Amino acid sequence: MAAHAHTHSPASPSERLLEPVWAQVMDITNEAEGISTYWLKFTDPAVEAAYTFEPGQFNMVYLPGYGEAAISISSNPADPTLVGHTIRFVGNVTRAISRLKVGDVVGVRGPFGSYWPMKEMEGHDVIIACGGIGLPPLRPAIYHIMNNREKFGKVYLLYGARTPKDLLYPTEFEEWERAGIQVQVTVDRADEDWQGQVGVVPMLFYRFRMDAPNSVVLTCGPEIMIRFVVYEGLARRVPAEQIYVSLERNMKCGQGSCGHCQLGPYFICKDGPVFRFDALQPYFNVEEF
Amino acid sequence: MPSDRSPEIGSTVSIQKHIFNALLEKLKTQGYEVVGPHVENETLVYAPIQKLEDLPRGYVTEQEAGSFRLVYTGHTRYFDVIPGAQSWKQFLFPSHANLFNLKKVNGAWEMETPKPTAPAYAFIGVRGCELAAIQIQDNAFLRSDFTDPIYRVAREKAFILAVNCMHPAGTCFCASMGTGPRVEGDADLTLTELEDVFLLNVGSELGRNILAGLPYESASAFVLNAANRGLERATLQMGRSMDTSDLPDLILNNLDHPHWRAIGERCLSCANCTQVCPTCFCWDATDTLSLDGNQTRRERVWDSCFNPGYSYQAGGNTRPTIHSRYRQWMSHKLGTWKVQYGTFGCTGCGRCITWCPAAIDITVEVADLRKEIR
Repeated sequence: MAAHAHTHSPASPSERLLEPVWAQVMDITNEAEGISTYWLKFTDPAVEAAYTFEPGQFNMVYLPGYGEAAISISSNPADPTLVGHTIRFVGNVTRAISRLKVGDVVGVRGPFGSYWPMKEMEGHDVIIACGGIGLPPLRPAIYHIMNNREKFGKVYLLYGARTPKDLLYPTEFEEWERAGIQVQVTVDRADEDWQGQVGVVPMLFYRFRMDAPNSVVLTCGPEIMIRFVVYEGLARRVPAEQIYVSLERNMKCGQGSCGHCQLGPYFICKDGPVFRFDALQPYFNVEEF
Repeated sequence: MPSDRSPEIGSTVSIQKHIFNALLEKLKTQGYEVVGPHVENETLVYAPIQKLEDLPRGYVTEQEAGSFRLVYTGHTRYFDVIPGAQSWKQFLFPSHANLFNLKKVNGAWEMETPKPTAPAYAFIGVRGCELAAIQIQDNAFLRSDFTDPIYRVAREKAFILAVNCMHPAGTCFCASMGTGPRVEGDADLTLTELEDVFLLNVGSELGRNILAGLPYESASAFVLNAANRGLERATLQMGRSMDTSDLPDLILNNLDHPHWRAIGERCLSCANCTQVCPTCFCWDATDTLSLDGNQTRRERVWDSCFNPGYSYQAGGNTRPTIHSRYRQWMSHKLGTWKVQYGTFGCTGCGRCITWCPAAIDITVEVADLRKEIR
């Protein structure tokens, strides 16, 4: 498996700096409090026809007058005509997005970045460990596995949220289970109706026996969760080369040019967001780096 | 003297100083916007120049950590003055650039994208450290997978007249970084100033064409020797030095060292160092919306890793402390830059030292870090 650069290499250098293409909001799905999925369709049929993405990639979503935000793609890569972005309304741009209605138009640039190593994962067991808003960038990987289920070994989804009400896509869990994905869910704080587990995501590693040398771990979520997921993986002898981490940083360009998203030698927008853990290891535990 | 005579690429010729005006005239006739060092409002800037007399003849700069003085000594040399806060970056990578404008027409956004344009600049007096800085920015902006159109348009057309540095300033350490005082990069012409002549080394066909027809003489062994001795003297007079033998490892292996916090207590996070740095390339994009909300202008502006907003995102600020921002800056310049682009992001020009209001000196900080680790 390549160290980190699962990226498209275009034939000639791109020269589009920040000009977006336009996409219309076709539908809005409320997922949880303060989080919705926006289903976008490119207004130019030629753009729509040419658009594909890999699980784990992101788009820069632009609202004129407000600016851009890097948003991972959360929909099925087999159907790129309707591109889903699950967005938490937390910053200037995303709060403005929360006021959009079906039929409104946004700017889009992308897709950008490296992606989950779906090809290299074939024949392996897969452990997808994520927390909160870390699930959306992994949902395309889940769909890809469902579309190609026979190519993968055992598949586990370990997912956690603050409270049961914060769980994303709960209505899909059953379908994922039926497709042979073992879904383990936990919450930090239960409510009166919650029958499931309480605790943090890394604890879910104690709930099944894994074939570590043959497993690939994919993880995304709060940095502290990622840290302990990686620790649980390594502690069970999953090689660092088989642990993949998706990171986020402030981004302005998506092309490794504006400088904002640097982590050590990497531009997270182009060398990431998906990294093989051994590439991150020297910088991962450096505070505020 | 036949007027179509022109020197060979690689050769060095000498001209009388007043002939330089004919060279400038020729550049202007060929459509160049000629830019060079110039004293304006009692300081040294890079600005349009018309003639030799616009250059800062008789001036020197006295530079120390947190201190810059432009002093008139009355000497007779035109290219002796070490640059001030400005660098050629402001022409190739302007601090503000319009990316596109949007206008709402019948509820839909119409985009107007100005084609990137730039004058054909002729840069007069690019020092070795500054030419190295341009080539470092080339690596950042002109990649095989992404080319910055604004930078490319200006860079492709620029004529570069470089200058060998005979009298470095107190904050200079280009000799340590291998970028000067002798010009090492690709220039169209490289000038060395002696007391009564300019030596011009021809670096390109363009440089050759500019000299064609001007009254020049082949440089004699005597003047070439004088130039070499001057450059050797300049290397010895360099105000500062930096040991790069253990870089980038010294920095990358000690990212948790307490010395970063010690620097953070002195650093004001004012971003001066990044604004004067000729290699710093970080930028931000801003929207300026009209009051009625129907028009917006999208611009690219310089940003800095010292600005609190630089690393701010929904989950919080990646680098909330000043020491973490200073560490990002210095570990990029002298560490990770090398991994990304194969060179250091520092040319030893000394601007960050001169223009730091807290007099933080990158050469001292590297040496102190090394001392504390040993």
